[in-house]
Amino acid sequence: MSAMRGFVVKEFHHILRDRQTLLILLLLPLAQVLLFGFALRTDIQGVRLVVVDPAPDASTLALRSRFTAGGTFRIVGVEATTAALAPRFQAGEADQAVVFEPGFGEKLAHEGQAQVLVITDATDPNTGATMQAYATAVIQRYEQEAAQRAGPRGVRIVPETRMRFNPTLESVNLFVPGLIALVLTIVSALMSAISLSREKERGTLEVLLVSPLRPWEIIAGKVLPYLALGFANVLTVLAAAWFVFKVPFRGSVLLLLGESLLFIVTCLALGTVIAAVTSSQRTAMIAALTGLMMPTTILGGMIFPIDSMPGWMRPLTNVVPGKWFILISRGIMLKGVGLGDLWQETAILAGMMAVLLVVAVRAFRVRLG
Amino acid sequence: MRTLRFLLRKEFLQIRRDPAIMRMLVVMPIVQLLLLGNAATFEIRSSRMYVVDEDHSPASRGLVTRLAASGRFEIAGASPSMALANQALLHREVSSIVHVPARFERDLVRTGSAPVQLVFNAEDGAAAGILRTWAGRIIAAYSAELSGEIRPATATLAGAPVRGAGHIEVRARGWFNPGLDYQAYMVPGILVLLVTMVATALGSMNIVREKELGTLEQLNVTPVTRAEFIASKLIPFWVIGLGVLAFGLTVARLAFGIPMRGNLGLVFLGAAVYLLVALSIGLWISTIVETQQQAMFVTFAINMVYMLMSGLFTPILSMPRWAQWIAQLSPVKHFIVVMRAVLVKGAGLGAVLLPLAILAAYAAIVLTLAVRQYSKRAA
Repeated sequence: MSAMRGFVVKEFHHILRDRQTLLILLLLPLAQVLLFGFALRTDIQGVRLVVVDPAPDASTLALRSRFTAGGTFRIVGVEATTAALAPRFQAGEADQAVVFEPGFGEKLAHEGQAQVLVITDATDPNTGATMQAYATAVIQRYEQEAAQRAGPRGVRIVPETRMRFNPTLESVNLFVPGLIALVLTIVSALMSAISLSREKERGTLEVLLVSPLRPWEIIAGKVLPYLALGFANVLTVLAAAWFVFKVPFRGSVLLLLGESLLFIVTCLALGTVIAAVTSSQRTAMIAALTGLMMPTTILGGMIFPIDSMPGWMRPLTNVVPGKWFILISRGIMLKGVGLGDLWQETAILAGMMAVLLVVAVRAFRVRLG
Repeated sequence: MRTLRFLLRKEFLQIRRDPAIMRMLVVMPIVQLLLLGNAATFEIRSSRMYVVDEDHSPASRGLVTRLAASGRFEIAGASPSMALANQALLHREVSSIVHVPARFERDLVRTGSAPVQLVFNAEDGAAAGILRTWAGRIIAAYSAELSGEIRPATATLAGAPVRGAGHIEVRARGWFNPGLDYQAYMVPGILVLLVTMVATALGSMNIVREKELGTLEQLNVTPVTRAEFIASKLIPFWVIGLGVLAFGLTVARLAFGIPMRGNLGLVFLGAAVYLLVALSIGLWISTIVETQQQAMFVTFAINMVYMLMSGLFTPILSMPRWAQWIAQLSPVKHFIVVMRAVLVKGAGLGAVLLPLAILAAYAAIVLTLAVRQYSKRAA
């Protein structure tokens, strides 16, 4: 066991001696969470709106002022006909247009029915759908309030909506847990992949393999210092989430730290496996980086809801460790649930870790032969 | 020129000899493209809804039927208990709850107005907001429908139109992409990102690897000029990158049916300039850093900016102003603009001249930087 201790101490020295790299490893994750935490948001502000109002009247003017009231919309032009719309959209000067039918107020008052056409630039379907929903909501609110003022006529069902777990639909609350998972996945996997593949490339791994250390001890010794480093990363990024982004921590912080530790070990083990199956530092690093970045981002549920994916695609997301950590961290941070509700996710992550560790140790044992 | 030819042959041989590189350059982007192209969608399928009906009246049943019949909501559970509903929401078994309180119909008849509670799981962001709007429309339509059947006791002049209280019918239309098709929008972008990531990573490791192995010193004492050296490192990956992009576009066309409305030559002109930028940035990194490990972390940082700030996943318009400037620095952003304009909107050269010019200027600047940075080391 003392050989093991000596080995771990040596590894710690290796890392501590290279101040430059150490600094990068400590600051990079924090910097990334800060940068992207501010940059990633889906709430849309300042939609450039063109109003087509052939015959302005009290109703259309009132509705127009509703659009400008919230700050979400900015009216960039009022036209009398729809002919002017196409060039404005093509030139990218307008994002959306609201077209009132002629005699809008008159029809609304006397026939009880009037039409509005909402045209949206849907080049980006996500932004397009959101803008469409925003505009519809404004019109709907106006309609409801007008109905209230007019007194009861017919019946009205009043929907009371609640947005559970994130009442203000704050983008930060959704993206920061995902961002933490993404950054930790890649930094951890890269770190362990690099440290092992470098020894392999330089031939020093052979020396280690003929030493009395067993394969699992070599891997453990290599990975332990990075576990400490990874945990330091967890502390800094969670502190950023709490102090800078004010993400609520409704559940137990201790549980979150424990789960983070589990997640880091899983990712470190993943890096080890990558190092074991690749032949050079370069291949290991590129495989870890490009093999993990897009899949973790897209399949982890950080940006794209897993429920939106086609049915056959959804089971595939289960192999992404980040997905489980995102479920766990959102659960603890936003929903305030405990281990009782998260045991399944935790067990899956632990199972992944076990499998990856076994594969890593075996892969290195094979090299001995 | 002769020297360059020999250097190029050496680089190509080296790449061909390492099967891992070819696998990463060709197989990985294509496989990821096929998988991720399907997954990168915000399309909102029907929301699983839990029904808590405490009223059990024709009116409450009608409401639930309208919600289900709209195709937007799928009834995934029902019980009179709000506690059970909350549990289901917590465990993500459902993503919304509709709660019809007792005396719903009675209130409608007596007072002409009754509340309905809607609860959404807001964990998935924008989707919750859109679902709320849909539910609101369905309920408003149902109110209007019921108004014909129920005459509340308090109604003034029942049936007579009252000023300003009419129904506004909203019709929605999406231009340029009426079906809100995500793949036409996402797949070209994902392809660009994948090719860029691998190319930048390979480029950034390239020179520093020679540095680490000590072969750079040997090259430095040969009559190879700096420009020839950088060119020899650049051209092979540039050629392969263009090839992978062409292959990827073919796959995207066949597998996802992405539109190709404009001139493909224009896309490749853009790609040629763009790859020059992406690879030069990689080479520049490679001349600055000391070890492959450092090269990797810098590449990681840059690739994260490429991926998250090019406007592919979240709109650039939503970012704070300073972040929008950073987004402008990403060459990926400009190339995606070119690709989308040409492929989706069928734009001609005139419409994409600006992003092309930006990319060309970018390439010139970064290439100069890389050559100069390298010369310092060679001195």
